[in-house]
Parts: sequence; structure tokens; C-alpha cells
Amino acid sequence: MLITGAELFVKALKEEKVDTMFAYPGGQAIDLFDALYKQKEINVILPRHEQALVHAADGYARSTGKVGVCLVTSGPGATNLTTGVATANYDSVPLVCFTGQVPTYLIGNDAFQEVDTIGIMRSICKYAVTVRKREDLARIIHNAFYIAKSGKPGVVVVDIPKDVQIALGSDEYPKDIHIRGYNPNTSVHMGQVNKAMEVLGKAKKPIFLIGGGVNIAHANQEMTKLAEITGVPVVTTIMGKGAIPTNHELYVGNLGIHGSYASNTAISNCDVLFSIGTRFNDRITGKIEEFAKNATIIHVDVDPAAISKNISVSIPIVADAKIAIEAIIKKAKKLDIDEWREEIKSWKKDYKIRMSDDNNILTPEYIIDNINKIYKNAVITTDVGQNQLWTTQFLEIDNNKRLLTSGGLGTMGYGLPAAIGAKIGCPNKDVINVSGDGGIQMNIQELATAVCQELPITVCILNNGYLGNVRQWQEMFYDKRYSSTCLKYRKSCDENCDKCNKNCPVYTPDFVKLAESYGAKGMRVTKREEVEKAFKEAKKNNTTPTVIEFIIDDTLNVMPMVPPGNTLKDMIMQKEEN
Amino acid sequence: MEKRWIGLFVENEIGVLARISGLFSSKSYNIETLTVGTTEDPTISRMTISIISDDKTFEQIKKQLNRSVEVIKVIDYTDIPIHKKELVYFKINSCNDKDKVEIFRLEEIYKYKVIDYSKNAIIIEWTETESKIDDLIKLFKTLFPNRVEIARGGSVAMEAISVANK
Repeated sequence: MLITGAELFVKALKEEKVDTMFAYPGGQAIDLFDALYKQKEINVILPRHEQALVHAADGYARSTGKVGVCLVTSGPGATNLTTGVATANYDSVPLVCFTGQVPTYLIGNDAFQEVDTIGIMRSICKYAVTVRKREDLARIIHNAFYIAKSGKPGVVVVDIPKDVQIALGSDEYPKDIHIRGYNPNTSVHMGQVNKAMEVLGKAKKPIFLIGGGVNIAHANQEMTKLAEITGVPVVTTIMGKGAIPTNHELYVGNLGIHGSYASNTAISNCDVLFSIGTRFNDRITGKIEEFAKNATIIHVDVDPAAISKNISVSIPIVADAKIAIEAIIKKAKKLDIDEWREEIKSWKKDYKIRMSDDNNILTPEYIIDNINKIYKNAVITTDVGQNQLWTTQFLEIDNNKRLLTSGGLGTMGYGLPAAIGAKIGCPNKDVINVSGDGGIQMNIQELATAVCQELPITVCILNNGYLGNVRQWQEMFYDKRYSSTCLKYRKSCDENCDKCNKNCPVYTPDFVKLAESYGAKGMRVTKREEVEKAFKEAKKNNTTPTVIEFIIDDTLNVMPMVPPGNTLKDMIMQKEEN
Repeated sequence: MEKRWIGLFVENEIGVLARISGLFSSKSYNIETLTVGTTEDPTISRMTISIISDDKTFEQIKKQLNRSVEVIKVIDYTDIPIHKKELVYFKINSCNDKDKVEIFRLEEIYKYKVIDYSKNAIIIEWTETESKIDDLIKLFKTLFPNRVEIARGGSVAMEAISVANK
């Protein structure tokens, strides 16, 4: 039977078992939307901006483990996708993004809403392709889903010109996959595993360093088992947080620029560093020459290009985290390292990350502690900046909780739309977004999406009136020159002002009123006593989103911190008092 | 840092050259030369690329290329016997009779081919190794300063037939 490209597109989505799609229409995608009209199998979500659209698909994919699917029009639709594509790809999130395109006979003519989508996307995604012929459409879509979710997952962009959408062609959809240039590793080299286990077996001070790869592979239970069998303590990157439950006695904490003292010290002193699913990004290593200087490094990663890219590795194992961990478990034995474990435990106890014990100060730690207590089965998303760093420091995660955060690209505006995607993917979980007052405004229009989709998510805005993370750097390393970071600033402000004071103008917008104008519930919290009550009220509201604005002190910093260019050992533990 | 060569088999599709060159530029690797042409299978193109890099960067380049969906195969030419030649054209302008005699005398030594000729200009075609071409360019520049125009093609390479098969 002959069907149009658009009809085949819908058929392909069903064959790929897509149940949800995030889509924004436009002139060059209108035929695809027409084919989606009034069908029941695919839930088409209309956000309010294409950047938020792709973050929502990203949140959906990270929280469910399925491939996130986006559909936008050509030109500005496609260019608005770019930030979200880079965000997802950087954190290895499987997405397939469809972009409409001007008809093939107009490509290159500078037609209305024409951009070279593939040219723009090429360097920020895993694979990008234009469908030039109707007969290629089915194969390309089938390959796109396979490429997105296999190997190191990532984003695939499929650009479909309008004439291909309209053209009639076969209704067949391929079953098999054969891509001659793409054969991801699906096994593990046992010789390398044996070598690694031999080294681990002799270690006196071993550490597991776990990155996002374990969460992406959904290998959390296997990882916990491996830690328990060997008794080796576990340090995570922020993307790896939750690889084993954070209240597990073998869990040490996050490492890196804002990592815990115990984690950074353990990494600096270990003799065997067994890392799984991390690329040794500069945020975790500090000064690279000094990183885990005395350790033999074992590195498991699904991406061969991640191995020995930033740090030279003694024993590489190229494999998916889950497959590798399962193989490693078979060879794992209990290690006799009680002394080392006790040493780490004492660091953990003596240098606990604490913000303030002063009951008069509303701290992010206190707010996040309440999230820990009140929400048991939840997805927590963060934005980027201090809100993200505090959340990753204080949030407790177990197998019933998941943390979604933009770790690689560090994209402000990620948190709210990601929470929307997560709630759509996990309707039975509580979904909480922790954002700052800066980042929330980068995609605040998505409150409309959350209201329209009747999503009872909880949006926590930690409002300190500043772009706080940059403000913190300016305070610590730029001589308190707060250049363009005050969000209360008005043109009429005193130009010498360098500090919040009683003359400061009121904050704009009023987040509570703004939430209410969208049809959401809005609350403002300024004291510790109000926190629990606010969360409980938010939890009761199961028809609309709830926005809780927490007014926090503008001078709170994320501590401890490794200053840029320093080694992990050189941490600043506490903020200097003025 | 040294010069290295790789052979690449890639999908013969629109945008693949941009993808490969983009990969080099996005990682700040500098391509020395790059040639591309189709193979016996019209859906596959073959590239010969040279890069000046250290060992670590070269390893990264190979891995990055290997993981590109469009790249079918990467061959590292560093330690294998290969045949590798480059095509070059020289145009020597404002030749007098003495110059012409010199050019024909050198033809016997260098075995290049004079393929075009006019009253005061000569075009030479030559297929040789990159380093021999470098030498001849130097010589011509000394003999005919500011009168030499050069078009180089970049090297193409193929693995040698292994001794066992000979």
C-alpha cells in the first residue's frame, strides 16, 4: 500500500513504541502534525518554547529510560532546539529529534524559514541526517532510534523536507538494523576484567569512582551489589549520584570542585581507582597532573574515545556499565580493607558538609533536607548554578528516587521543563524541581505547559536575587566585583552599589503572582518554620503545579570548593566571614 | 609531534566531508592534507588524511573518527607498508630559451612530464612522493623566483600487497 511520508512517520513512531512526543508545529512540519491529529496511541505534548520542548523530552527520557522524541518545524524551530540537543547529548540522553525542512527543491535557495539544520546540529549531536528521498524515510527513522539508544546514548536529528512528508511511498517498516559504520560494543573483554580484578584484589586503598554511565545504564542495583561484595567505598560524580543509595554505608559522597572533603581526600589518597562511566571531566579532577596521582586507574566506559582522553588509564575496559558490572561481580571478592574504610568514615564524620546551624537562617540545606524527608518516591530535577550544587550536595537518593541535572553542558533553564517531561513519564512519582531565580526565568513560560497538561509538579525557586554561582566566583576570585549578577538591579540604582541592602528595589517578577496568573499555586517561604508546611501543601495539590519561592540570603555560597586550577587536596572548606 | 597518515572509508553522502572536517576543527586538530574520491563501491568514499600530532592526540583522532556513524573504517598507515603518491602541476611563466633548456634537462633527472608549452610558459605534471615534490618546489623557486605557480593534489595512499600474497 502507498502512504505519504507523514503517515509513514506516524507508523514508524508506533513501531518504535513511542507513547509520548514533545512537539511544536510550524509551516514545514504541518503535514506531520496533520498525520498525528486525533490518533490515540501517541500523546502529543505542546510546550511553549522549543528549547523547553527538548529539555522536557530529555527529562522524560532520563526518568523513564525510554527514547525521548521531539518534533519541530524548520528554521527557528530547529535553531531553538540546539541548546537542548547539546544538553542531552552531553549527558548521553537518548533522543530522536525530527525537524521539518523546506522542500528539497528549495534547499539552498534561502527559502523562508530555511536553515542548514544538519550543518548546525552536526557537532552537538551523535548523528544528524536529512531525508532526501521518500524511500529512505523508514530506514532512516529506524536507524535513528537504534543509534540514539545504543552504545553511548545520544541525540539523533532527522531533518525531513516537506516534499518527503507529502510524497507517497511504501508502508513497509524495516525490522533489522544494519549500519556498516556503526557497531557499538555489546560485550565485555574478560581478559581486561580479569586484569582489573587482579589489581583490585591487591589494593589496600581502593575506591570506586562512579559517573553518569551507571545511571544511564540503569545499573544501580548491580553497582550496589558490587560495592557490597567487595566492600570498596563509592565516590560519585554529580551525574553518578544515586549509583548506590546515598545513605549506604559505603557511599562517600560527590567529588570534584564542590565535592566533599572525604571524597576528594579519598581520591587523592587511593591506590586503585576503579572508575565506571565517567570521562574525568575537569570539574571532577581539579589540576589534572595531581589527580589520583598514586593510583592505578581502571576505567570502564562504553565510549572508547572517553578512555585516556583526559587522564591516562592503566586498564581500560570498553563496555556498557551494566554488562561490565555484571561481569565484574562474577569475579569479585571481599577485600580486607577495614582500616581504609574506617579512615574514610572518619573524614566523612569530621568534615560533614554543613551550611548553617543557625535556626534563623533559611538555608538550601534545610529546604533540601525537607525534600528528603517528605518525598519518598520522586524525581528531582535541578536547574544550573548554586541550586544545582546544593541539591547535589544534600539530596538523598535511593532506588525510588532519581536526580536529573544538566551536568555536562550546564544549561540554565533545564529544570522546569525537565520536571514536566519527568512527570509525564512518571505520573505516579512526585516530581520536584529545584531552580534558582535566574534559571527559572529562562523557561518560566513552561508553567503554562504544566498547567495545561494538569501536572502537579512542585517548583522550588531558591531566590537569592543573584546569579548566585557567578556571584560566588566574583566574591571569591574577582575581588567582589559583582558584574551583571544582581537581578534586583534597576537602572536608577546607585552605580556604586555592591551589596544587597534595605534600599534594594523589589524583585521582579513577583513569582507568587506570576504562578497564580498561570493558574498554578504560588507560595512564598521566608522562614524555616514554613518549609515543611509549604511542601505538605504542595503535595496535597494534585491538579496544578505549585511554585514555592524560598527567599534565601544572597551571600550563601556553595562550600567546600576547590579553586580553579588547584588540586583536589586544596579545598576551601568554609566561606571567609567579612 | 610528527606527521601521520590515515585512510578513511566513509559513506558517500552529502555532508560527510563536512562532518569529518568538522570533527577535526571542533577538537582543534589541524588537517595537513585531505584527499577524497569514490571507491569501487560508489556508495563509499575513501579519504587520505595527514595530520601533524603527538601520539596521544593521534589516538584520540582515530577513536573519534571510528565512533562517527558515517565512518566505515579507519586505517592507520603509520606502521604498515603503503604506496602513496601526490599529483602536482607547475606552471613556469616568463621563460626564456635558457630556462626552457634547463627545464628539459631537469626532466631527464626528475622524470616529470612537460604537458603544455607556449612561447614563454611551460606546464609540468608530476606524480611523486610528497617529499620529492617538496624538493622540486624548492629547486624551481630558486631557479625561477616569483615565476612558479603550483597546484598540489594532496597524497592518496593504498596499503601494499602483503609479502605473503606475492
